Amino acid sequence: MTPFSFARATDADDALRLASARGGRYLGGGTNLVDLMRETIERPTALIDVTGLSSTIGERDDGGLLIGAAVRNTAVAEHAAVRARYPALARAILSGASGQIRNMATVGGNILQRTRCAYFYDNAGSRCNKRNPGEGCDAIEGFNRMHAILGASPSCVATHPSDMCVALAAFDATAHLLGADGERRLPLTELHHLPNGRPDDETLLKPGELITAVELPAERWFARSTYRKVRDRASYAFALISVAAALKIDGDRISDVRLALGGVAHKPWRAHKAEAALRGAPATAEHFRDAARAELAGAVPLSHNGFKIELAERTIVAVLQELAGEIA
Amino acid sequence: MSIVKDAAEAAKGLAQAVTKKAIEVAPDGWVPGGTPDPLIRNQHGHVGKPVSRIDGPLKVQGAARFAAEFTLYGMTYASVLFSTITKGRIATLDTADAEAAPGVVLVMTYRNAPRMRPMPAFGSNRMAAGGDDLPVMQDDRVHWNGQPVALVLADTQEQADHAKSLIRIGYEAEAATTSFEAAKADGTEPGQFQGDPLQVTIGDAETVLASAAFKVDETYRTPRHSHAAIEPHAATVMWDGDMLVVHDATQAVTHTAWSLAHMFGIEQDKVRVTSPYVGGGFGSKTLWQHQVLGAAAAKLADRPVRIVLSREGVFRIVGGRSLTEQRFAIGAEKDGCFTAMIHTGTTIMTPHSAMPEPFIVATRSGYAADSFKMEVRVARIDMVANTFMRAPGEAVGTFAMECAIDELADRMGIDPIELRIKNEPEKDPTVGTPFSSRNIVEAYRAGAERFGWARRQPPGARREGEWLVGLGCATGTYPYYRMPGGVARISIGRDGHACASVAAHEMGMGTATAHTQVVAERLGLPLDQVTVEYGDSRLPGLFLAGGSQQSAAIGAAIIAAHRALVVELLKLAGNDSPLAGLKPEEVGGLDGGLAKLDEPARWESYASILARAQRAELSVEAAAPAPIENQHWSMHSYSALFCEARVNAVTGEVRIARFLGSFDCGRILNAKTAASQFRGGIIMGLGLALTEETAFDERTGRVMSASLAEYHIPAHLDVPAIDVMWTNIPDPHTPMGARGIGEIGITGTGAAVANAIYNATGRRIRDLPITLDKLLSAGIG
Ligand SMILES: Cc1cc2nc3c(=O)[nH]c(=O)nc-3n(C[C@H](O)[C@H](O)[C@H](O)COP(=O)(O)OP(=O)(O)OC[C@H]3O[C@@H](n4cnc5c(N)ncnc54)[C@H](O)[C@@H]3O)c2cc1C
Ligand code: SF4
Repeated sequence: MTPFSFARATDADDALRLASARGGRYLGGGTNLVDLMRETIERPTALIDVTGLSSTIGERDDGGLLIGAAVRNTAVAEHAAVRARYPALARAILSGASGQIRNMATVGGNILQRTRCAYFYDNAGSRCNKRNPGEGCDAIEGFNRMHAILGASPSCVATHPSDMCVALAAFDATAHLLGADGERRLPLTELHHLPNGRPDDETLLKPGELITAVELPAERWFARSTYRKVRDRASYAFALISVAAALKIDGDRISDVRLALGGVAHKPWRAHKAEAALRGAPATAEHFRDAARAELAGAVPLSHNGFKIELAERTIVAVLQELAGEIA
Repeated sequence: MSIVKDAAEAAKGLAQAVTKKAIEVAPDGWVPGGTPDPLIRNQHGHVGKPVSRIDGPLKVQGAARFAAEFTLYGMTYASVLFSTITKGRIATLDTADAEAAPGVVLVMTYRNAPRMRPMPAFGSNRMAAGGDDLPVMQDDRVHWNGQPVALVLADTQEQADHAKSLIRIGYEAEAATTSFEAAKADGTEPGQFQGDPLQVTIGDAETVLASAAFKVDETYRTPRHSHAAIEPHAATVMWDGDMLVVHDATQAVTHTAWSLAHMFGIEQDKVRVTSPYVGGGFGSKTLWQHQVLGAAAAKLADRPVRIVLSREGVFRIVGGRSLTEQRFAIGAEKDGCFTAMIHTGTTIMTPHSAMPEPFIVATRSGYAADSFKMEVRVARIDMVANTFMRAPGEAVGTFAMECAIDELADRMGIDPIELRIKNEPEKDPTVGTPFSSRNIVEAYRAGAERFGWARRQPPGARREGEWLVGLGCATGTYPYYRMPGGVARISIGRDGHACASVAAHEMGMGTATAHTQVVAERLGLPLDQVTVEYGDSRLPGLFLAGGSQQSAAIGAAIIAAHRALVVELLKLAGNDSPLAGLKPEEVGGLDGGLAKLDEPARWESYASILARAQRAELSVEAAAPAPIENQHWSMHSYSALFCEARVNAVTGEVRIARFLGSFDCGRILNAKTAASQFRGGIIMGLGLALTEETAFDERTGRVMSASLAEYHIPAHLDVPAIDVMWTNIPDPHTPMGARGIGEIGITGTGAAVANAIYNATGRRIRDLPITLDKLLSAGIG
């Protein structure tokens, strides 16, 4: 770990001020950033603790929810309105990491956690374009069982590891940001980049920009939603494939749907193609399968993760069937 | 669970009876021609009771001091830098920035490390404890990816870690062998384990197989495994003048002391190694480079050193289980009798280790057959020296054997338990010696009944929603060993308190507790009047907490010391004692003293004997007899394992719903700690079956799973309730009637799981770990 200074921000403006003065990084629960600092993959010279920022979950007049960036993952998952109206979000969070880590982790930190690609973590011994742009990627020909099947690039095939973000992406969540130029909002689906040629450049956030909150829109039908995570052991493992979905059925037709995938891409993957195929279609296994296939038509397997394509298809179908069954 | 409860109830009821009968002194009774240990006959003593661990309260309070918790005056902290190439030499080395960093005491590299002899590899000498035979930081050579190349000492761990990141090293890499295929292409050689060739040929098994009525002939693969004990390897080291003191976490204190003395060129009595507690060993807590580097740096700095390997460090410099590729073939008559058994294959080791994963050892005495062919061949790879890991050989060898039997039973359409029983040997099938005690059939019958084996259905027949459900079974075996070198001291004081001292180890198994029970019962003392002292190379004997043999080794040494103690006590008692004129064979321990066996009224307390003799204490030491029992009998622990697996038809995820282990390991010394050993072994076996695999990048020879986030041991949710039971039939040919219990649990578990998955899905996976992608590509659902 490289030596650094430490300061605690009292509010969002204070955090911005401290960050611009010291050129520092924001610290949430530290469950990812501190690990990366220990490995000297991240070497900030200043840390600004932002866990003192908004840690409330507020109900908005329009019925939506505003979740402060410093709310702990556990608190989000336990919140009554989240559980009742956005069950996929509660389930996604509870399927991630461990109880101890979720007690520490914040919403802001969870969104900005970095990939778990083993070559990215092996600072001393492996090549990684995300750590050292231009150096090469040891994962493409190496261990890539956990890696991306959608939206990857020849420079990076890593996945975004968050479970929470997959549910947020499905629910059309919006991130509230505060930067030197003031406030702005970004749909969560646009916050993260695909790797393209610069996998080190991971988000649309500007230097020093702070996530202050995440907003969930008021859609009553999101109460019919779920999250399913497929992984290598029963708990405490990152997703091989995960699916967040919400389904709205009128009569025997799907009138609306939200579908997002985890473990498949460099960002939480909103399955727009599948959604388009499903809207207006009958809620049958056959159509679920066609929709999944439409989404996965562009999937490109690596040497060890070809199984993910079939697994994603099977899991999407099973999740939609489960939701359809609940509604029927 | 209920067997433990039964034992607890029984123990409660019997507590009154404890010490009411004198326990005679054991002769060297378990050796051929002798009589069994009299402790076996005594069903009403401390032995067998579910006594809670003596160190339990200390551990839950955090008061048990582990190797990394000794604090010494002026202590420094070490951080180790590992090589990033596999083979070659260090070409450039720049430590200036690290040396200038805050708090740094020194940076040690091959340039300034004290001169030392190479590591003495395990087996090269009876006291050698090293994982390989390489020099430690003596030259610019790199032998594996992850080898220590520099060490920083600083005033705090954080300063040391930071300074380490400032060291710059340039390498000149050379071609290395890092893939299994390349290593095999380089040529293989026959494996040797503990001096014996890993080869058996009886009859012409290939020809017999070719004409067999039924056969299986398949290839099974098991991957590398890394050690992941809860306590990372650590040592706190100091030089006190010319004396080296190492507070270590080791399963071999005396071996380690000798090996360090050898490397530093000093007398063995100038090295003291303590190891009061070990947070899990499993074969990994022997001598690796960290203790040596710690001692070398302490010498260079002239200050004490604490060296704690990071989790990554454990993956990089402590070896694990090697991979195997095994052919298992069985030929059988129409009636199911085996005519041929073939178990051959290849494992890998390094040019510097001497440990070929001996996967045929369980096959040698597993089943009766007319002909056998077994061989382990070895290919060499440049990697960290592979080593012992819980049931080396058996854990992976039984995966092949017990799956093959399940496959054969399936092909023949008979119950796999009946097929096993049909081929139950009368004597050791390859050596010819009688079994000392083998009750595997009883274990199967009892286990099958309790598990509900009769409800098993044909493969793929049982489905509950998305879940395919199946039952599987497998046999586990692990040999009884007793290594030479056991010596014990028993001291008894005028307060009637006895202390037994052995240079043995407590790694969480419950050794100290079980042997407190044994000593208390032999001496006729309550448990709180007995202490077992262990974990210090200054104590008597050469013990290895390995091979599931430590209890037998301690037990035999205690028997010898006990007899010597009684001889001395009778001498001291003299003519004024009620014991006057009695011979050692005529007396036994009772109520805190000695009594005539058939006339318990002739009794005198230890305290009274010592007081009259005006002795504060009596202390005797004696050595165990040579372990010749293994030459006369085929001696093994056994298990019959039952598993219920649920496989998700959509995703291929596997969940173990139930597991039962029915064990035959001789007399159980402590029902509670034994149950934990069995369960722990089975849990490790679930990891072997389903999740564990070291990601070794065959392009670079680098371990890519050097953390517990990547290296998947079972999480709590992966572990179901595990039921354990045991025959408790004493082995007449072992001390206390007991056989080893430490490694048997993992043995056979991989096959029990694979067989249950087959029964659930109709799909056979012969390649561990059984991950969901393998089931998907086998076409489940
Ligand atoms: C062993 C292990 C297993 C795990 N398993 C899972 C899993 O299965 N599923 C899963 O989803 N996650 C998993 N995680 C990851 C975990 O969810 C993240 O570490 C956690 O969510 C990060 O939150 P944090 O508050 O601790 O972030 P920090 O580590 O504090 O910060 C992470 C990043 O976010 C930035 N940041 C923090 N707050 C803000 C803010 N308000 N504005 C701008 N930037 C900010 C930091 O500067 C840093 O770059 C696991 C982690 C570990 C260690
Ligand atoms: S996949 Fe991406 S993160 Fe992983 S090594 Fe390649 S560039 Fe680095």
